[in-house]
Amino acid sequence: MSGRRKVAFAVVHIHVLIALVLGGAAVPAFAEPARAPWSPTNIFAPVSTPAEWIFDLSRFVLTVTAAIFAVVFSLLVYAVVKFRQRRGSNGREPAQVYGSTQVELAWTVIPILIVLVLFLAAARVIASIQNAARPSNAIEVTVIGHQFWWEYRYPSLKVVTANELHIPVSDPAHPTPTFLTLLSADTDHSFWVPRLAGKTDLIPNHPNSTWMDPRETGLYLGQCAQYCGTQHAKMLLRVYVQMPDEFDRWIQEQSRPAQISDTISEGQKIFERTACINCHAVRGTAANGRFGPDLTHLMSRDTIASGAALNTPDNLRRWVKDPSVIKPGSKMPAMGLSDPDLNAVTTYLESLR
Amino acid sequence: MSTESIAWSTPQVAAQRPVVERLHDWVTTVDHKRLGILYILYALVFLVIGGVEATVLRIQLIRPHNDFVSPQVFNRMFTMHGTTMIFFAVMPILFGFANYLIPLMIGARDMAFPRLNAFSFWLTAFGGLLLYFSFVGGDGLYGAGNAPDVGWFAYAPLTSKTFSVGHSTDFWTLSLLVSGFGSIGTAINIITTVLCMRCPGMTLGRMPLLAWLNLTMAGLVVLAISPLTAAQLMLLVDRYLGGHFFDTQAGGSAVMWMHFFWVFGHPEVYVLVIPAFAFASEIIPVFSRKAIFGYPVMVAATICIAFIGMSVWAHHMFTVGMSAAGNTFFVLSTMAIAVPTGIKIFNWLATIWGGQIDFKTPMLFCVAFLFQFLIAGLTGIMLGAAPFNWQLGNSYFVIAHFHYVIVGAILFTLFGAFYYWFPKMSGRMYNEALGKLHFWLFVIGFHLTFDFMHIPGILGMPRRIYTYEPGRGWDTWNLIITIGVFFQAAGLLVFIGNLLWSYRRGKVAGSDPWDAWTLEWSTTSPPPTYNFATIPAIKSRRPLWDLKHPEDPDWQYE
Ligand code: HEC
Ligand SMILES: [Cu+2]
Repeated sequence: MSGRRKVAFAVVHIHVLIALVLGGAAVPAFAEPARAPWSPTNIFAPVSTPAEWIFDLSRFVLTVTAAIFAVVFSLLVYAVVKFRQRRGSNGREPAQVYGSTQVELAWTVIPILIVLVLFLAAARVIASIQNAARPSNAIEVTVIGHQFWWEYRYPSLKVVTANELHIPVSDPAHPTPTFLTLLSADTDHSFWVPRLAGKTDLIPNHPNSTWMDPRETGLYLGQCAQYCGTQHAKMLLRVYVQMPDEFDRWIQEQSRPAQISDTISEGQKIFERTACINCHAVRGTAANGRFGPDLTHLMSRDTIASGAALNTPDNLRRWVKDPSVIKPGSKMPAMGLSDPDLNAVTTYLESLR
Repeated sequence: MSTESIAWSTPQVAAQRPVVERLHDWVTTVDHKRLGILYILYALVFLVIGGVEATVLRIQLIRPHNDFVSPQVFNRMFTMHGTTMIFFAVMPILFGFANYLIPLMIGARDMAFPRLNAFSFWLTAFGGLLLYFSFVGGDGLYGAGNAPDVGWFAYAPLTSKTFSVGHSTDFWTLSLLVSGFGSIGTAINIITTVLCMRCPGMTLGRMPLLAWLNLTMAGLVVLAISPLTAAQLMLLVDRYLGGHFFDTQAGGSAVMWMHFFWVFGHPEVYVLVIPAFAFASEIIPVFSRKAIFGYPVMVAATICIAFIGMSVWAHHMFTVGMSAAGNTFFVLSTMAIAVPTGIKIFNWLATIWGGQIDFKTPMLFCVAFLFQFLIAGLTGIMLGAAPFNWQLGNSYFVIAHFHYVIVGAILFTLFGAFYYWFPKMSGRMYNEALGKLHFWLFVIGFHLTFDFMHIPGILGMPRRIYTYEPGRGWDTWNLIITIGVFFQAAGLLVFIGNLLWSYRRGKVAGSDPWDAWTLEWSTTSPPPTYNFATIPAIKSRRPLWDLKHPEDPDWQYE
């Protein structure tokens, strides 16, 4: 399994190194994406079942096409070099050949056979991915695409969160795959975390599904892959694949209502009297909006605004002050809070653990 | 004496007529050659505009978190780039060549319906203006304009009133609607001309391949543009008459728009590439000094491509959640199209085989086309394997693949066609050295840009993002891709400079500078309005070969 991945690429990933050097010192607390050669979103570095099956098929298709390329390319080069006009050619036309049935037959039949093989290989993978059985212990998550963020609901676990998906790693002996139901609240989106699975679109009025069965823990990145409007580029995906006990702990923390002190803070008052609560939910309080991300456990997330910025107090404040500084075109308006109010609201947000 | 001198001096008099009058001639012309040139010039303007838009996109993406343009401007630029290039650059150029060449090559004096021809051109021209008027009028009455930003395939529900306020989407819809009628008019004209206007002796089996391929292309236009037109009308009904075809908030279907669009969109690829095949099929034999290999097979393969091409559209939709059976079917049909396409490549190869290749600029472009089209076909097979597509679809790999088709195959053969027929159209030779410079600049630029573009796709970079995060391993590739653009732009400038300079200063070409074999080379360059003083009569596919080689004419073998 790992040997195969080594064959694909064996180059040090410079960018990760640079990122570690530059960013490592300042913010060591935030999770780093799992390492992969060339890119953390390399489709040829799969760590989960559908992506691995696709990788196997890709290698087969690449081998066949590379062979075709080698043959035809050599023939073309040979012809172009061999049959170029010589300087001293006597001006006579070359022999005229109009065609040949045998040759035509040959280069019709051989491609048909190749195509058949490729087709059968692809058909097998389609069937095994799309008809995969759903074991009873599978984790179920409903993913809802919004302009420009992701909502995650774990219906049987009573958890609602945003932008950062947590799933358990799967033990091949006792697989616990995750099955996603894909919905959209507005326009088309597409869920694509290359190292885990191929992409599947989220289309309004057209529920879709996909699944993944990761073998390795770590943070896997991806992003929306169907143009969905102004901030399509900053609709990033983060999937945290965790050990089962870690995952269970996370679920427990997420399913608690917001941790609010007995006295209602100034920030909470402002949050609840401003339109914030029309769009945001903080479970256990008056806030129950659904247009924007659930903020109940905001501070449990590494990033805000669908990965557009790290979840630091500074960024939170900048975001609430004017989201368009971080994400121009985002659907959250600048609420025009005064500086003291802004500080109070930020402090309140920071208490949402 | 006096009458004679008047007769001889008419051309000069014509040249001295006031500009307004000469312009009036062009505006009111129904001559297929003039309309062809109008199409081509008009499309060249849009090619440059679309190229500028692409450059803006590439400068923005040169490094992560660049802020050369805002996300809004970026999104408008890629929408306009795609729409412009497909509908107002490449398609009209191809129609222009078809218009100019078909009557000349089949020995006719004009297209079947000259006035429909003019009407079609002006519809297309008006469509392009409508699209660009959105920059001024896109916001309706608010004063500031804005171009459409829904992407060139304008997926629902982004185009609904909810998500696309103002009128930019309306300008997009109406411009495609109007130019679509123009395309259908031209297609009907081509079909009728090819079927009814051939000169005596030119049976279907003796038509130049260019005529055959354009006939097929025109058939596809009629089949493909109609669903697009229907979809645009439905969209207008949604936006203005309270319809709910694609309005998902009221139960409409986003997937239905995709089907309508791609039932047009995929055949459209063949509408564009079949004429490119046509150029290659004329140019390669002449510069290899050999008859095309396997003429009947070439015709059959083309028709085969057209038929299969009508049944592969949902390979653009492998990620929308079709059933396993649906996906499997579209894998099969998509893979099947590789067979006739491969046959064509092999036939061109066999045409070169045993020939005496003369690497003039037109041939250089066609040889590059063969290599590039081979690669485009192979990446197409990768994308056609649905599971592989679940990774590659909508990534930069797809962008690389279809630019390999549209630039590497179509634009390259188009440049070849420009150089090949420029002497016929203008009466002058182009400058060979500049032509070769153009070729090499373009080859370098093309490969820098589009070879390296496959890589970020494989590394997970989706299309249509105005910026990207550092640390994804995409930076270097994007830098190289952008550098290639400047080589291509330089090549394009050399090309346009060459055409302008040669039009005034080029060597006089004579009627048959390439020692070629089809009928357009039997009349003067440029041809008179009536094309042929006497309508030719032919006995084989290469009438001029027969003339030049009476001892060994083609008709003995066909
Ligand atoms: C009109 C609806 C709306 C209002 C009002 C609104 N928000 Fe938001 N908010 C959103 C949306 C939508 C997002 C997601 C934006 C994105 O990622 O593109 C968001 C994101 C956020 C986030 C980041 C959450 C995350 O995990 O990424 C925070 C924090 C936030 N809002 C706080 C507030 C506060 C505080 C207020 C009131 C001052 C407020 N919002 C008012 C819609 C709203
Ligand atoms: Cu999206």
